[in-house]
Amino acid sequence: MKATAILAHFRTGFDRFQLDVDLHLPGHGVTALFGHSGCGKTTLLRCIAGLQQCTGQLTVNGDTWMDTNTSLPVHKRPLAYVFQETSLFPHLTVNGNLNYGYRRTPAAQRRIHPQQVIDWLGLSQLLNRRPDRLSGGERQRVAIARALLTSPRLLLMDEPLSALDQASKRDILPYLETLRDSLDIPIVYVSHSAAEVARLADYIVMMDQGRVVAEGGLQETLARPDQPFALEENAAVIVTATIREQDSRWHLCRAEFDGGSLWLRDDGTAGPGSQVRLQILARDVSIALAANRDQSIQNLLPARVMDIAAEQRPGMATVRLQAGETSFLSRITSRAVNQLGLERGMDVCLQIKSVAIVE
Amino acid sequence: MSPEWQTVWLTLKLAGITTALLMVIGTPIAWWLARSSHWLRQPVAAIVALPLVLPPTVLGFYLLLLMGPDGIVGTLTNTLGLGTLPFTFAGLVVASVIYSLPFTVQPLQNVFSTVNERMLEVAATLRASPLDRFFSVVIPLARPGFLTAAVLTFAHTLGEFGVVLMIGGNIPGETRVLSVAIYDHVETLEYGKAHLLAGGMLVFSFLVLLTLYLINGRLNNGNLKS
Repeated sequence: MKATAILAHFRTGFDRFQLDVDLHLPGHGVTALFGHSGCGKTTLLRCIAGLQQCTGQLTVNGDTWMDTNTSLPVHKRPLAYVFQETSLFPHLTVNGNLNYGYRRTPAAQRRIHPQQVIDWLGLSQLLNRRPDRLSGGERQRVAIARALLTSPRLLLMDEPLSALDQASKRDILPYLETLRDSLDIPIVYVSHSAAEVARLADYIVMMDQGRVVAEGGLQETLARPDQPFALEENAAVIVTATIREQDSRWHLCRAEFDGGSLWLRDDGTAGPGSQVRLQILARDVSIALAANRDQSIQNLLPARVMDIAAEQRPGMATVRLQAGETSFLSRITSRAVNQLGLERGMDVCLQIKSVAIVE
Repeated sequence: MSPEWQTVWLTLKLAGITTALLMVIGTPIAWWLARSSHWLRQPVAAIVALPLVLPPTVLGFYLLLLMGPDGIVGTLTNTLGLGTLPFTFAGLVVASVIYSLPFTVQPLQNVFSTVNERMLEVAATLRASPLDRFFSVVIPLARPGFLTAAVLTFAHTLGEFGVVLMIGGNIPGETRVLSVAIYDHVETLEYGKAHLLAGGMLVFSFLVLLTLYLINGRLNNGNLKS
């Protein structure tokens, strides 16, 4: 299904923490390393970069960066790293920061040039400023641009938005989407935010206590009912859909996906024909044995029960259902599972209370 | 040149050369002390700090023995055809470097330990080799520490007395520095000449330190904003 371009096998330990992973990641698109803080996702990223001592093996697009005998030092690995917090050099201007890595990249290897990233990330007004005269979002944009100017073969991002306020996050996410779509290099993106992952990732690696607990394409991994990443409250699926019609009277639009259609509020951003990613939280999905039109919920879909998993918290269950080729999760009480007599293979009706466009 | 000016010039030359040498010698020592977790770190830190607590005469006495014709260093310099170091300007420089070492190393070590490890990691991911990182990141960020170290080293060498007397004696134009000259003038009751030198030194030292504090105050304000 995917061409393995990054082969990473690491073992390392410090204090009481052990990291032990064996990963095969796709060579393009955004891979999200996802999990609670302390699960080892940042340590894994630092192992890839060579910033963390570890043993193992690392091959990126056919080049060995680390094996049992050798380990390239950080500055010899053609990668870029965007750190969580501000990491701009305080003694240099924005321009000086941008040129720091660019000047150290051999001219023959330069594929990305200053004017390009200045346009992509909207930096032209900031070039002569000092880092202490920038907002948090601007600093992070400069840091991303500076990293890209080394023309990396792999882009590593460690929660680049987590230190920013909501407004700055909203401001910077479109830039990240631009990068995802215009760079042909793999991006490994560490995050603990389900919303960011839903919006940006193509491939997802779930981690817990230094180990990989699940990995796969975004949609199928998020739709696993066993919730290896213990999202519970925030469990959600992502559905890729196409806007088919708009209803101006009720300010609604119809999004069609493999398995049916959903009506959602039309905020005017997506016109007919455009592709959207829809996020549907498991707690917004309920189950009825038959379609009941005598209620406020508008989105009713026939679906089949595929899996029922008890959550760690007693009394709650996550049910995976399928409509056409699309998976949905529903989070309901165990008593409801019992009263409805839900079991695998049953045909039921999904009631979806709310749908959000994430992109 | 009048003997008075000769003394002043010799003193400034000694302090200048010592400071320049110590910037080169002290920087790697301070870097190592600030970053290493080697077991030798504490012993080395203690040795570097010794000149702070030892009476200069003790230091001077052992340097005299070491550099004398029967000492290890003296035998070595003799074999190399350099003669022995005591009672020469070169000997004074060697002694001053050891005597002022903590005044270079400690401010540098302090400022190096405040340099954010993250900045070095960033530089590494931007293709900078370890030496490149030191020159392009550490030195610019540590500028206030270098200034403090240079000024303290210079000023401390100016005021050297005990060590000079033990290994340098009082040879005009060769080892007769300000502090020794002042002592001489007082011994021979030439208070006027002593005043001239002592007062000059007082004013000079005050101006040097004032400049240091003014510049560092400005640099620190600049850093606080970032």
